Amino acid sequence: MAKAIEVIDLVKNFGSVRALSGITLSSDEGKILGILGPNGAGKTTIIRVLSTLLMPDSGMAKVQGWNVAEQPQKIRETIGLAGQYAALDEFQTGYENIFMTGRLYGLDRTEAKKRTEALLKKLDLGNAAKRPVSTYSGGMRRRLDLGACLIGRPSVLFLDEPTTGLDPRSRLDIWNIIRELAKQGTSILLTTQYLEEADQLADKIVVIGEGKVIAEGTSSELKARLSSDIIEFRLVNSVDRLAALRAVAPFAKQAPTYDETTLQIRVPVRDGSTGLMDIVGALNDARLKVTALSLRQPSLDDVFLSLMGKIPQKEAVPQTKSRRHGNGH
Amino acid sequence: MGTSILRHNPIRDTGIIAARSLRRYVRLPQLLAFSLAQPLMILLVFNYVFGGALGVTTHIPSGKYIDFLLPGILVQMVMFGGVQTGIGLAGDMSKGIIDRFRSLPMSRLAVIGGRTLSDAVRNVVAILITLLLGYLIGFRFQSGVGDAVAMIGISVFFGYALSWAFASIGMAVKDSETAQVASMMLIFPLTFASAAFVPVQTMPNWLQIFARNQPVTFMADAARHLAIGTPDNGATWKVLLWCVGILVVFVPLAIRQYRRAAS
Repeated sequence: MAKAIEVIDLVKNFGSVRALSGITLSSDEGKILGILGPNGAGKTTIIRVLSTLLMPDSGMAKVQGWNVAEQPQKIRETIGLAGQYAALDEFQTGYENIFMTGRLYGLDRTEAKKRTEALLKKLDLGNAAKRPVSTYSGGMRRRLDLGACLIGRPSVLFLDEPTTGLDPRSRLDIWNIIRELAKQGTSILLTTQYLEEADQLADKIVVIGEGKVIAEGTSSELKARLSSDIIEFRLVNSVDRLAALRAVAPFAKQAPTYDETTLQIRVPVRDGSTGLMDIVGALNDARLKVTALSLRQPSLDDVFLSLMGKIPQKEAVPQTKSRRHGNGH
Repeated sequence: MGTSILRHNPIRDTGIIAARSLRRYVRLPQLLAFSLAQPLMILLVFNYVFGGALGVTTHIPSGKYIDFLLPGILVQMVMFGGVQTGIGLAGDMSKGIIDRFRSLPMSRLAVIGGRTLSDAVRNVVAILITLLLGYLIGFRFQSGVGDAVAMIGISVFFGYALSWAFASIGMAVKDSETAQVASMMLIFPLTFASAAFVPVQTMPNWLQIFARNQPVTFMADAARHLAIGTPDNGATWKVLLWCVGILVVFVPLAIRQYRRAAS
């Protein structure tokens, strides 16, 4: 099967900063590839290389079989790029923004007009088409920006954090548009900081950190990799946290974590039912008061936390004191 | 993909970008008004406040300082027009618009080419408005329509060449405010230490050496020669040579910067 995106051992440095240190990934035609990682992991750099904005230092990057270093013009005819910020002219109307992009893409007036009108309607911007973009809300801007990068009917679409900064309603709108496009056969690469977004949309997820691929697979494969259950409970009193972490540590498969805003302790265990008994017993022996005790399957959040824990940290934290703060959402 | 045949033509793309930039002046006429306010104020201040004192030193045929001053103001005006190119490009860069353009299969020349072209058109309009105000306060062309048109043409060409230089500055600094400050730091010494507002021979010797040999003086002398018939002394071909030189350096440089642009 043809690959929509193929990246092998991609390296990019900015001065002395290594942005990508040997990224290898690929995505099949018509699939959604989600690149998941924290800020500064190299997500945007991957998109910039694939959309021909940035030349890699070494390694290979291909889109629809075209090499970014050799046939960038071919790639530009087949892709759509929506960057992290909506690239729109404030003083032009919504219609003018999309129409202009269509003309610059190379369409004649009639075709550009036809496609612009259809896109505005599809993106539910028909009523706002004649208004300058300066009057648009954040969600409307994102939709319009998406419209501008769809004018060339791209076979590969690059979306850099498509829902960052949007309210939940607008986020769902964008998700629906992305799903619809994938259903129609568009190959999509999207980056996100939100696990939920990757879980919801992506056929395959690549987790990156510090310019390297840390893990990849479908969301269920990633969850299965963790092969553990999660026991969670909330402390009634935050002073108990050290005692609680000490009490549960012998039964944990990986270091338990403590969230200081919710007072929640999270313990990955090898086997849910015995783990639950052990932990309840241990907490009881230590006379610690807890609430909201639960046993559940691992979520993508757990996978992410466990993977991110594998990146060497600058400062070593003693196991029982290890804390992680609220992550993303 | 799709049924329509894509057409890529640098001239067509340049036209689309130029139209986009000009649309802004139509939508927000205050943009032009504000950018004209400063040179027009300088015109009035120099004419009415300093004109009496400065007029006696100018030695021009009509004896009116406004005839000496107005060509100089036009030179300053087209330079301000050039600054707009850099500010606009820096703004597009910081907003990700340049990224969008660079991801399209369009001409690599069109974005800067279109912007410099639209700023040249803006300069024509700005010059006509200034001439109108000049006529109201007593300015008169002295050497016929042909020379007047030549003066407008050469001023616009000068501004056009500078547009490419400011484009390069704008893409180097990547944000509008910095582009504005950086360009102004260049424009102020060049315009004030030149023949734009006062005759060079009234300056101290060390400053005259600079003032006599820099392009803004050539431009002001050429414009004045064509407008009111003062001696040319080779200023016209010198300023044309400068324009060509600026274009030879900055057109390839700006396009190279565009191709490598990273916001």
